[in-house]
Amino acid sequence: MTQKRFAAPPVELLIARPLDGLVALYHRPSGQTHVVASPAPEIIEALQSGGSMTAGELLVALGLNEGGELLAARLSELLAAGLIEAQ
Amino acid sequence: MASTLISVGPRRFRIGSEWSGLIAEINSLYRSYPKAEEGPAHYSVRMESEGLLRRFIRPQVAIRGDYTVPDALPLPRPQGLLASEMAMNLQVAMGERQYLLLHAATVERDGRAIILTGESGSGKSTMAALLMTRGWRLLGDEFALLDPATGLLSPFPRPISLKNESIATLAKLASESRFGPWMRNTPKGDIRHLIPDGASLDRMNEMAVPALILFPAFGHAAEARPVGDGEAFVRLTQASTNYTMLGETGFEALTRLVTHLPAQAIDYPDTETGIAMVESAWGDLVP
Repeated sequence: MTQKRFAAPPVELLIARPLDGLVALYHRPSGQTHVVASPAPEIIEALQSGGSMTAGELLVALGLNEGGELLAARLSELLAAGLIEAQ
Repeated sequence: MASTLISVGPRRFRIGSEWSGLIAEINSLYRSYPKAEEGPAHYSVRMESEGLLRRFIRPQVAIRGDYTVPDALPLPRPQGLLASEMAMNLQVAMGERQYLLLHAATVERDGRAIILTGESGSGKSTMAALLMTRGWRLLGDEFALLDPATGLLSPFPRPISLKNESIATLAKLASESRFGPWMRNTPKGDIRHLIPDGASLDRMNEMAVPALILFPAFGHAAEARPVGDGEAFVRLTQASTNYTMLGETGFEALTRLVTHLPAQAIDYPDTETGIAMVESAWGDLVP
């Protein structure tokens, strides 16, 4: 079975503005605003700069050795919000 | 149909009504405002009865105009002035596309403005009125209009709608000639309008630079706490009537506002304490 790969919209479609500690995101295609806390901005940034990744590859890209379950929870929240997609 | 042209800041309103008495009341409330220059109005409002019977028997005023709310209940004719003020607010809330609108009172001193935002009952109108009596220029007690292009605030200094206890508070500080008529038992309680002072009206077309965001909340023990950019952003999107409509323009304007301005939440038990807290927050900013 192939593992799910996650992808984020390119930076020009998802505008990010840091708001001390939080990050406001404007999703151009939907016109929706989101306010997210760490590690959501880091996950999106890693997917934007590194292209689509599996959860395992994302853990490595974020420099984490463990935390797979927490990452899975954040990924499912970002999927529900429409900020990333699964391929 | 009787009508009048009223200028509030840079916005012109054409208000018409089948009751010439109501137009006379509106003209009286705006008697101190600079006379509107002739020309097309930005907004048109009509104050009408809901039918011939309601014109004469227990008459009621319904709002018609460029923008209306379908389920808005008409008000009794003696509250026609309140209906016309609500109608003017409604036009701005729904019609302004050039500005990001925030439910907020705004006052200015030395060209720099405080945005006081809060729900109905937070005391922002009373605070704006009291600050005006202490030398602040009133930009408005209902909406802050933020220009996304320049970051400046556009004035909308309608008469301040004072409710219940705040009427007596302001009656001690402003002369009787500055007040509109009593309107008793309205859906918001007893109401009287306070006409802005001469300085606010003389400069009603002058923009101001926002410098401080305050979130007042009346009826709590005195406490001031700083509000982070993220919380200020979320609260201001909720306080805006047209944030979603403006799309990315609104997003950029609001993120810029909260990252450039300090913000404070002010809980206060009484208006005197509240005003002292506002001026203290201002003093921290402008030593």
